[in-house]
Amino acid sequence: MLNLKDISYSIKTEKGQKKILKNINLNFEKGKTYVITGQNGSGKSTLVKLIMGIERQSSGEIFFEEENISDLAVNERANRGITFAFQKPVTFKGLKVKDLLDLASNQKNTLSQNCEFLSKVGLCARDYLDRYVDEKLSGGEIKRIELALSLVRNGKLDIFDEPEAGIDLWSFERLVKLFENEEKTTIIVSHQQKILERADQIILMHDGKISKTGTPKEVMPIINNSVCGKLRG
Amino acid sequence: MNKIDKKLLEQIADLHSTPLGAYSIRKNGEIVSKNSTSDIQIVPKPDNNGMTVYIKAGLKNKSLHIPVIVTAGEFKELVYNDFYIGDNADVVIIAGCGIDNKTCHDSEHSGVHSFWLGKNCKLRYIEKHFGSGIGTGNKILNPQTKIYLKENSKMEIETLQLGGVDFSKRETKARLEKNASLIVKENIQTSSNQIAMTDFIIQLRGENSSAQITSHSVARDNSKQSFTSHLVGNNKCFGRVECDGILLDNAQILSVPKIEALKNEALLSHEATIGKIAGEQLVKLMSLGLSKEDAEQKIIQGFLLG
Repeated sequence: MLNLKDISYSIKTEKGQKKILKNINLNFEKGKTYVITGQNGSGKSTLVKLIMGIERQSSGEIFFEEENISDLAVNERANRGITFAFQKPVTFKGLKVKDLLDLASNQKNTLSQNCEFLSKVGLCARDYLDRYVDEKLSGGEIKRIELALSLVRNGKLDIFDEPEAGIDLWSFERLVKLFENEEKTTIIVSHQQKILERADQIILMHDGKISKTGTPKEVMPIINNSVCGKLRG
Repeated sequence: MNKIDKKLLEQIADLHSTPLGAYSIRKNGEIVSKNSTSDIQIVPKPDNNGMTVYIKAGLKNKSLHIPVIVTAGEFKELVYNDFYIGDNADVVIIAGCGIDNKTCHDSEHSGVHSFWLGKNCKLRYIEKHFGSGIGTGNKILNPQTKIYLKENSKMEIETLQLGGVDFSKRETKARLEKNASLIVKENIQTSSNQIAMTDFIIQLRGENSSAQITSHSVARDNSKQSFTSHLVGNNKCFGRVECDGILLDNAQILSVPKIEALKNEALLSHEATIGKIAGEQLVKLMSLGLSKEDAEQKIIQGFLLG
């Protein structure tokens, strides 16, 4: 469904070019759940941003359903069925939760539709639809709304960048259930053991490269013995 | 009323037909239609340069429409409107001015609106400004608002400049007595070479008086906007000014907030943020399927009207 071919990504620094991602080759199959993990700075978030078109690769190509989408804008990729939930959700002045839900579904949703979308992330439509998506909402509330927007899109490929960040424990249990959809391909950037355990494939990154891919059974022992695993406890 | 008149009235006052109750519609320097009621008296000034409005004490849930339209080129007027609002009244006044200029000469409307609110009054004042027309003559609007709020009175002002106004200079002066409160929400958008200037001077004289001024502006192309505010706290009071601006293209916005606390119990603050649309906001809306242009428009629409 999604192929990354020889993807590299560099940024300019005072000391010259710095390679963030180095010759990444990956193949994501339809209907499977992939969890990308690795230490901070290993390139996980950058990799998913390249897939969504938020950042552009320095070299290499991205194919989605056999179409080369390397030069497509974010909205063009979104309209082909890729959704993206940000690690740090964005706030807006003057846009309400219902406005964003309508935009995400490209229609004016009914109250019962919105109720269904929000209840999946543990929010009550009556309490939230008319609230502005601004700093008056807590980090956890904004994060749940961000996740709801991805669900509303009903995409073919859902990308979640650290969906657990800012989510309390109770919500986290519900959050994990959101990823149980066999119809969709899901890519999750995460450090959370419970999410890692649900992956069909774990992609372990280190220093801008793929250091290991495999099932949780194959990769978890490596993670648990690594610095990352020790830090996570 | 011709098509252009109707379009202007729709834009500035949401009027699709003659309003119910009290109203005054002014066109090209003349009152073309007017109605007083037993509770709201509209008295034109002797030389036709404005009106005096008397709103009965205790009147509740009534509105007054006083739109002004200008469709003549090479036109310039200055009107004085005085509003006396009796104690305990709770009313809405919908004002505004629309100019349609098809000529190469300037069209200009300036108004001095003075509001005297009695004790325990509530007034919501909505003022929209709009310009249209294919002429090269400027559409100029200069509203001045003078506000006197007695004890426990509350006034809310919503000012909206919808576009098409080449030059505007808004001046608002207010004096608040004990427990009086003033809330101002100003939304202004400019484009091409337009200039919009706003100037507030708010005197918080009474104990526990409060003022909250919020200005949202969007400037495009080569347009320029300036926002100056001066809050003076003469007593135990609360005042806050927020000025947020979005800049596009080569536009410029100047914000000059000034707060002056003359009593140690005066709590005054200001905040100003000017910049382009946050890239992350654009990307978020694009990730929901919107084109960059649509995302930009949605963000601006929410910012100004949300």
